This record gives sequence, C-alpha cells and structure tokens, in this order.
Amino acid sequence: MRKIKKIKIKVNGKIKTIKKNNSLSNLLKILKIPLNKVAVELNQEIVNKRELNKIKLKTKDKIEIVHFIGGG
Amino acid sequence: MNKDALVIAKKKFTSRLIVGTGKYKSMSECANAIKISGADIVTVAVRRVNISDKSKPILMDYIDPKKITYLPNTAGCFNSKEALRTLRLAREIGGWKLVKLEVLGDKKNLFPEMIETLRSTEILTKEGFQVMVYCNDDPLMAKRLENAGACAIMPLAAPIGSGLGIQNEVNIKIIRDQTKLPLIIDAGLGQASDATIAMELGCDGVLVNTAIAKAKKPLDMALAFKYAVLAGRKSYISGRIKKTISGKPSTPKKGII
Repeated sequence: MRKIKKIKIKVNGKIKTIKKNNSLSNLLKILKIPLNKVAVELNQEIVNKRELNKIKLKTKDKIEIVHFIGGG
Repeated sequence: MNKDALVIAKKKFTSRLIVGTGKYKSMSECANAIKISGADIVTVAVRRVNISDKSKPILMDYIDPKKITYLPNTAGCFNSKEALRTLRLAREIGGWKLVKLEVLGDKKNLFPEMIETLRSTEILTKEGFQVMVYCNDDPLMAKRLENAGACAIMPLAAPIGSGLGIQNEVNIKIIRDQTKLPLIIDAGLGQASDATIAMELGCDGVLVNTAIAKAKKPLDMALAFKYAVLAGRKSYISGRIKKTISGKPSTPKKGII
C-alpha cells in the first residue's frame, strides 16, 4: 500500500502532523473550528476567509487561529 | 430609541455605559451583568482559539454580536505593531470597523504609550477603521488624537483596574470643552458614583470592567452603574445651579407668622 505523505505544521504554537495537500479550510474542519467566529493568520499574514480553501498547507507553516474572548 | 442617544461614528446607541467582558467568574455571570447594565457596547479581546480543549465556552455563544455591539480592544498590546495586528484580525473575524485602540507603555501602571497610540490611530484611520482611543487625561494629546482621525477620545480616570475614580477632573473638563467628539472615561472607576461624576463633567459615556466584574455582587453593581450613568447624564443636561458661599432660603418669606 502506498504511504500517505504527512507534513508538520504549527497551529497556535503547537506542532501538528497532518496529511499533505490539505487546505487551510480543511484544517479548520479537522479542528472543528467554526469559520464565522475566527480569523486566520498564515506565517504572520492575515488570510481572507474566502481564500482559505485555495491555500494548501506546506510543511513548517505557522498558523494562528484567533477569536474573541472576554476583555476590558 | 431615546432622543439623548450616544452617537459614535454616526451610529446611535441607547446606553452611555460600555462594559468590559473580562475578569468575570463565568461567561454566564458576564452575560447577565451586561444584560442588567443595559449596555449595548461591550469590549472584547482577540486571543488564540484553544485547539486542544474544545469544551471551553465561547464568548459569542453567550453574548450575541447581532444584539450587542462588540468593540474589539487591543488590551495587552505594548506597541503599535501588536495593536495593528490585533485589530486587523478582529476585522477579519466579522467585519468589525469600530474598534478600541489601547497601546500600553508600562506594565506596572498600565499607562498608555501615547506616541505609539497616536501613530496607530493614524494608520488605522487610513485603513478605514473607526478608532476609539484610550489615552492619558492630557488635553494636548487628546487634540492630536482628534486631528489624527479618532472617532472617540477615551481618557483614563486612573490606572486600569485601580478603582481610584477620576483623579484629574480639571483635565477631563478641559478635554470636554475643547472637543465635540464623544468623550468616554475609560479605566480606573471604582464605584457607581464615580460614573455619575464623569457624566456630570460632561462626558458622553463611561467604560467599566473591573468595578463591576470584581464587585462582591457583580450583578447588583451592574445595575448601580446603569443608574449612576443615567443620573449623571440627566444631571449634566439639566443644568446645575450656581455655587454660592452664602445661604439662600428655599422657603418664601412672604406670609411668615
């Protein structure tokens, strides 16, 4: 059987291993994060939410997923 | 909508009390306090989603952003770069353009770093944000923020979370007299009467977090602040009497027996 290639990425400071050829929107689906409540940064650049499915993840990508929390 | 609405960046708000959503014991306590306070604007922070623990409650599940205006805030940012990153992310979450800028300069007193704040205000305004700016109670700096495009001036009453109340009423009054922009006291209030004083000085609103969230009875304090703001505002627009140093009888002399 052919082995599926995996890549290592960093999500919110934690290393994660995922299958190759996943898009950013797939990553959010895997993490079960609702798209309408977050914003996403890829390697320090904010990603337009409509473009998330067009961007394929590469090894060593750094992703930040943020939302609103309580604050003063 | 009442006639005496608070208008910020051409948007009308019923309540002149803005509340923070931090430091509460639970999300439900926070949501209840907001409801009782009557606030229709709340400040919120931008932080990482907890990807390993999905059971953690989400703010948006407790406070509906369709009913209450979320005011993204840059609390905890110590330079312009961090503040800009935070607010650009906030905008991406759901299109928020009305934001609160807060760039801190010192970890002990949490005073605003005004040079970075001014720079950030200029950049954010150019990017189409409507920026409410946390600042020192310095009339000259308040003027510069206004010239840079701020949509509201938010001077501190005292250091954040200190509960000291307004320390420099004169400066607040000077800022009031020089600007037509919404003037909102942000930070340092400790009890409901502090909010009344702010409103009687002519401020357009107050922002309160710690004084409500950390009170022994947060829900009751939320109500106290609601009425304190209403009282102060009514008092201000009703036109107070002149102060005199001699007594003047309240009862007519005519008909004395």
